[in-house]
Amino acid sequence: MDDPLVIADREYASRLITGTGGAANLAVLERALVASGTELTTVSLRRVDVDGGTGVLEVLRRLGIDPLPNTAGCRTAAEAVLTAHLAREALGTNWIKLEVIADDRTLLPDPVELLDAARTLVDDGFVVLPYTNDDPVLALRLEEVGCAAVMPLGSPIGTGLGIRNPHNIELIVARATVPVILDAGIGTASDAALAMELGCAAVLLATAVTRAADPEKMATAMRSAVHAGRLARAAGRIPQRFWAQASSPPR
Amino acid sequence: MIVLVNGAERELADGSTVADLLVALGVPGAGIAVAMDGAVVPRAAHPSTPVPDGAVLEVLTAVQGG
Repeated sequence: MDDPLVIADREYASRLITGTGGAANLAVLERALVASGTELTTVSLRRVDVDGGTGVLEVLRRLGIDPLPNTAGCRTAAEAVLTAHLAREALGTNWIKLEVIADDRTLLPDPVELLDAARTLVDDGFVVLPYTNDDPVLALRLEEVGCAAVMPLGSPIGTGLGIRNPHNIELIVARATVPVILDAGIGTASDAALAMELGCAAVLLATAVTRAADPEKMATAMRSAVHAGRLARAAGRIPQRFWAQASSPPR
Repeated sequence: MIVLVNGAERELADGSTVADLLVALGVPGAGIAVAMDGAVVPRAAHPSTPVPDGAVLEVLTAVQGG
């Protein structure tokens, strides 16, 4: 069960990808990152005069964690493509977590803009990891245009509602030939374990850890949950039955 | 001349380059990216790219997010 997570040309021992948003401060974030065991962590791109500059990059560098820039806040393909190019320039990585959001209340991906941006960025030489709806058809389309992974949501960003349509996640996993990473909606450890039991290759979460009452402890829980879910998937669970079946001999 | 940097007007000496602007802003060259009038200005081109009067610039860096 120690086979690495392989995305494009990289291998990771950890199957937990974290975000950095929502942490009370960098010290809290750092402890949570260490506890999570993550090797890949998202950052956002913003104007230099806001939000305390590059402190977060320093933390990631010190911990040996690869930064994964995102296009959070972008509403159109054009905006997301420009942001991805700026991220490549600022961070020196061609990896991008592609987010194209439809509206502020749901933060759901806009599938039309997302696919359009994904196609352009793949052509521009990016390793594209798209945050997508839990739509098996869209996941296939994203794979077809060359995305290095597909990252369906369990439920909307920051809701902690878990995986609302497990069957869709299973459908995506069943047909994907790239890693499926459950992204968004994780609330607690059982959600992360379920994602792995459904066959996801990894879990990406931020809020569930950074806004937990004890982020470091929750990061530890998530690390264990991802590992446990992965083991359970490989172990092959028993079929679910309607009636009881005794586990002790009859006499 | 007057340019717009991250949404705020700023006085800049005529003939300034993108690299000059970053020095004026006190921003290190590493870990940042510059877009001028909607197009990325690659780092290697900062010293050779003039900033025209009225240019709209965005200077970005990585922050906590996602």
